[in-house]
Amino acid sequence: MVYRFVDPFNALYDFQRALDSTRFSDWFGRSTAGAGTSPAINVFSKGDDCVIVAELPGVNKNDIDVSVKGNHVRISGKREISYGDGDGDGVSIHRRERTSGGFDRTLTVPIHVDADGVKAEFQDGVLAVFLPRAEADKPRSVNIR
Amino acid sequence: MTPQDLEVQEKKTQPEEQAEKTETGRYFVPQTDIHESTDALFVAMDMPGVGKDSVDIQVEKNVLTITGNIDFSKYEDLKPIYTEYSVGHYTRSFTLSSEIDKNNISAKMADGVLALHLPKIKEAAAKKIEVQ
Repeated sequence: MVYRFVDPFNALYDFQRALDSTRFSDWFGRSTAGAGTSPAINVFSKGDDCVIVAELPGVNKNDIDVSVKGNHVRISGKREISYGDGDGDGVSIHRRERTSGGFDRTLTVPIHVDADGVKAEFQDGVLAVFLPRAEADKPRSVNIR
Repeated sequence: MTPQDLEVQEKKTQPEEQAEKTETGRYFVPQTDIHESTDALFVAMDMPGVGKDSVDIQVEKNVLTITGNIDFSKYEDLKPIYTEYSVGHYTRSFTLSSEIDKNNISAKMADGVLALHLPKIKEAAAKKIEVQ
């Protein structure tokens, strides 16, 4: 039997972070697209395109689900922590800081995404989702006569 | 020795004792799970973004120090537009109890999680001494 120690402050921090990220950022605008605060994400721009990066250490690649619809991107899945060959009798937990469980997050990017060109990479516990901007959405330079 | 004594104790961060880093970049304390079975201690550390070859594990005297470095070159052509977390290297030290077999510590790295296996020294007290 493995006892779970839930840190009450974690819930508080999650809540604070959710509040802060919506209050101090106009990223989500008036939409309610950001469901949940886990995983924490960083959004980068790469030329015309968008890259979403999330840290998901210890998550199996097959347990991550990335879906794109319009300009919404959903990252969901679950993280399981097993105590390996130490499971069973005589196991005691000394320190438990890593958290496990499900995560689900939707965010809206400010570009029109070419859904066919979306690529996701998972390496060393870091998920990177490359969102290419749709051709129609790309800014065009105008020749001045 | 009581089981409590076997717990790996985190080295208190004391700036006057801990040498400052000379490399650029921030260092974070990775989240760590420690659990113990009858014959070993298991340490799991979350170090996302750290590859197998960028982990450095050292045991000096009784202190186990783990350092994981991030490859920042992946971020070179990326411009942050919305951020929720910072990216940096990882470092953490633990004091090992005398029951840990320091010569047989093994480590595995998978999906950004470092798993350390610290075997305990086979019960020295169990050795039987023949009376001649």
